[in-house]
Amino acid sequence: MLLRSRRTGSVFDQAAPNANRILRSVTVILVACGAGLLLMSFASPQARHGDRARTRTEGLVAWQQVYSVLTSPRCINCHTATNYPQQGDDRRRHFANVIRGPEGKGVAGLNCASCHQETNADSTGVPGGHNWHLAPLSMRWQDLNDEPLSSVAVCRAITDQSKNHHLDGPGLLKHHEDEALVRWAWQPGRRPDGTMRTLPPLTHEEFVAATRRWVEAGTPCPPGR
Amino acid sequence: MRATPKDETDMHVNRRSFLCASAAAAGGLLVSLYLDLSAAAPERNQAPPAKVYPPEAFVNIRPDGKIVITVNRLEVGQGAQTALPMILADELDADWSQVIAQLAPAGELYKDPLIGIQMIGGSCSIPNSFQQYRELGAKTRAMLIATAADRWGVPADQCRTKDSVVYGPGNRSARYAELAEDAARRPAPTVVQLKGASQFHLIGKPVRRLDSRAKCDGSQKFSLDLDLPGMLIALLARPPVFGGRVRGFDDREARNVSGVRDIFEIPLVTGSAVAVVADRFWAAKQARDRMKVDWDLSGIDHPDSLQLFAKYKEIAQMPGNIAVRLGDEHAIDHIPASDRIQAEYEFPYLAHAPMEPLNLTVRYDRDRAEAWAPSQIATWEQAAIAEVLGLRPEQVTFHVLAAGGSFGRRGTTDSHFVREAAAIAQRLPGTPVKLIYTREDDMKSGYYRPMFVHRVEVGIGPDGMPITWKHVIVGQSFVIGTGVIQEAILVKNGVDRLATEGTDDSPYTLPNMHLSVHHPKANVPTLSHRSVGYGHNSFVRETLVDELATRAKADPIAYRLKLLKPDAKKFRTSLTLLDQKSGWRHRLPRNHASGIACSEYNGTCVACAVEVSIENKRPRMHRATLAVDCGLAVNPLSIENQMQGGLVFGLTQLMANGAITLKDGHVEQGNFDRYAPPYMPDTPVSIDVHIVPSAEQPTGVGEPPVPVIAPAVVNALFRLTRKRYRSLPLTTV
Amino acid sequence: MATYELNVNGQRKQVNVDPTTPLLWVLREELKLTGTKYGCGISACGACTVHVAGIATRSCVVPVSLIGDRPIVTIEGIGNDPVGRAVQDAWVEKDVVQCGYCQSGQIMSAVALLKTTARPTDANIEQSLGGNLCRCGTYVRIREAIKRASGQLT
Repeated sequence: MLLRSRRTGSVFDQAAPNANRILRSVTVILVACGAGLLLMSFASPQARHGDRARTRTEGLVAWQQVYSVLTSPRCINCHTATNYPQQGDDRRRHFANVIRGPEGKGVAGLNCASCHQETNADSTGVPGGHNWHLAPLSMRWQDLNDEPLSSVAVCRAITDQSKNHHLDGPGLLKHHEDEALVRWAWQPGRRPDGTMRTLPPLTHEEFVAATRRWVEAGTPCPPGR
Repeated sequence: MRATPKDETDMHVNRRSFLCASAAAAGGLLVSLYLDLSAAAPERNQAPPAKVYPPEAFVNIRPDGKIVITVNRLEVGQGAQTALPMILADELDADWSQVIAQLAPAGELYKDPLIGIQMIGGSCSIPNSFQQYRELGAKTRAMLIATAADRWGVPADQCRTKDSVVYGPGNRSARYAELAEDAARRPAPTVVQLKGASQFHLIGKPVRRLDSRAKCDGSQKFSLDLDLPGMLIALLARPPVFGGRVRGFDDREARNVSGVRDIFEIPLVTGSAVAVVADRFWAAKQARDRMKVDWDLSGIDHPDSLQLFAKYKEIAQMPGNIAVRLGDEHAIDHIPASDRIQAEYEFPYLAHAPMEPLNLTVRYDRDRAEAWAPSQIATWEQAAIAEVLGLRPEQVTFHVLAAGGSFGRRGTTDSHFVREAAAIAQRLPGTPVKLIYTREDDMKSGYYRPMFVHRVEVGIGPDGMPITWKHVIVGQSFVIGTGVIQEAILVKNGVDRLATEGTDDSPYTLPNMHLSVHHPKANVPTLSHRSVGYGHNSFVRETLVDELATRAKADPIAYRLKLLKPDAKKFRTSLTLLDQKSGWRHRLPRNHASGIACSEYNGTCVACAVEVSIENKRPRMHRATLAVDCGLAVNPLSIENQMQGGLVFGLTQLMANGAITLKDGHVEQGNFDRYAPPYMPDTPVSIDVHIVPSAEQPTGVGEPPVPVIAPAVVNALFRLTRKRYRSLPLTTV
Repeated sequence: MATYELNVNGQRKQVNVDPTTPLLWVLREELKLTGTKYGCGISACGACTVHVAGIATRSCVVPVSLIGDRPIVTIEGIGNDPVGRAVQDAWVEKDVVQCGYCQSGQIMSAVALLKTTARPTDANIEQSLGGNLCRCGTYVRIREAIKRASGQLT
């Protein structure tokens, strides 16, 4: 099966099967030597930080970690395909018929800002963050039945610059690192019953690090549709 | 003339005397004469006297011309606070623009004249007080005319009245306000002439509510808004399972909250709770959140909705206590299986969830007490407070405050919430204490519309009309065992009529009917809920009749008209009017369908047609048409409002989250996020109401519309999905 | 406890309260402005709706510490605004209310709608008022009253 990678056209894809195998073997040996050299010369973490030669495989592994965060409730609840947000770990439709509105900020009389302030309101159990609003429909990570989209579908969506507000790899990294509503997911505040909201499966630092690895690998997406 | 006030501290008389005194000082009319016959009659071996309602207790004409009319009903939105003054003002020939309404405190004179309790319920405000308020208005008018006639030296019958003015022969005239003080010294007539219907200038007209402006500018005060000097706020930490008891509690963290005044245990009607008293709501809530209460939940049932439904369905397999036995109960045996319909229905517990959660204020002063409550049963609750505090009812001044809705919730047979407030107030003598139920308390506190299972088997004749109807109902009774006056009337042969109404009084011709009932016990307090038994019985009846009509390939209205008993007059008039006004049924767009249902409540019939389509897997209601026969329409505008509102209320049990459920004894819903009543998008965009013209005695309208909408909607859905929906709430379509 | 200076209905008001106290209870208990109602405490019903810096805001969930100097308008003050007055008049004209408990919030939400959409459609009305609960079921009359107010204003 051909691997269809748009970013890094692999040399393996293009050769005939037998030549493929020979090329593959040669490449492995070369890579192994190279890797050994690399290992010897880049033993320190600081040196690894500057290393931009992430393999596709590493990038895909990193992507899966990023995907696990994006599809966790604190993030995906506002990346809906519908005209409503979700809430809770059970990702139910937000109560009181709150809807998206033309700019993802609700409608007059029932704005996101009608309840969600600039910071969490722990005493009343309402989460808050700067400019609380829904992600645009171009950034939907669910289908119309509120089911999370596949890893490849989400990956393609967020790497499509015509959909993601023209963010390239570094731009995506910065978004994950600095955007207030992204950071909110790790300080999501208390529910009305006083319990803390659950966090994404990685810490923010791990999330940023995974994003960086993925970006450094050229933001590869998994195969398939 | 009442010679002397009663010896005991009679708060009611004192209040009236106060009114008299202040009015006299200002020169107003309080129609002042009250013949206290009841004390005399038994001793003199006379027949008990007819009730005398002194106008003075109901009408106060002030020197500035304002007319204050006292309403003997709690205003919960149903409009009694406007309709009853309208009725009185019409007979009085008052200037309507000068009329102000106030709610009567608890008192003997304000009891419902037929029921003998000061209450609202059963949509009886208008039917039971229509005559009463007419007489009050007519008597007052007669006294004013007599005063003017005396002043002018002319015969009374040469005087006329209009808009708070008496006109005499020549150009004589006198405003009511000028006559009031003198009129107050006259005896109230015992017999008066009432108007003919053609003379009404308010009754029968679309008159806007008196309390509208205040409810639009924030000035209307509800019970929760009451503010008294030194008042404290109390919240209760209630047991998580009904009947649970406090074993102990740790209030150290709670007492650290600034503003907390005291924390102590109080008894509940069953079990006990911990009261947290503070100077502000938020402090009380913070403190209660920090309470650690050790609950003793042993020895009490932990009900579970799913288990209860399973149990009820099992019980429904067997007949229960007989409610109706008509014809031959074995007639079904002669009907082939293909001509029978068997159906089982499930109805969940429903919370009333009025917009204003339960609350009231009580102040205990050792030898007396004062209470402010939005009470549906004022004289019972006055007596309950007295009982808790060791007082006589007359020692409790009980003010009735306007309520933010009720639907039955504020009218319990055990007066639980006023008892709770009294118990708290007793610990803080001299201090007014406002007991507030948070929305969570309100929703989890029980007193729900009971859950029901119905099991029905209908046998159909060759003409498509039903021949036999066998029906078993299973559900709790909130009357049996309470010992209230109504128990003897409502419960016969172990059957609580409130569970069977809608079926036991079916308007349809059924030659053979067998209705029986089981009233299992469950550890869930239950209560009347707007339209009571009709809410579920009409659903069963109207969906089954729809099924019969479908089988007979008949128009659902035509089929019903044919099936109605000859004497089901108001059903006939309302269905006929509905047919005339719902021609749109026959011109629907693709993927739209209509559904029909009709119901009765306490003498009023409502028929409904609703237009439904399916959007996002939910019923979308476009339009509803209602036709109502309520006898004389006292205020058509109010009737329209009640019809529209009651229809929306009746949609609650169709909402996806329109059920109260219990798991391991705990109520699973605590707020509108999990128990979601209809919001605007869940309701028809338009609801047109048509009133059958009638001169008959008026019957009530608060409850009649509620039962019709749910069956009408599922009847429409059948036409779209070919499915019958018998289990509520409607979670999937 | 902390002291806050609030701008309420055009007046400066000082309150001394627990910072976590929702604005609703500050308005009702400290400032005695009881027109704004408590219906649920979790922003699910809209009875507590006020305007904060012109935005319809559910005061039961916003702690007073997050208000700052943003001006607050309540049902008691909205009549000073021509849109507010038109809405209140339309509500009376159309005999909207029953128990009335939800209506302060309904009116405040309706005013917010009309201030941004002078001629709202049925869909606009349903979206903007769709989060305000009325157990008495006055929705049809609310729709009519909003249209009437819109007609009076445009």
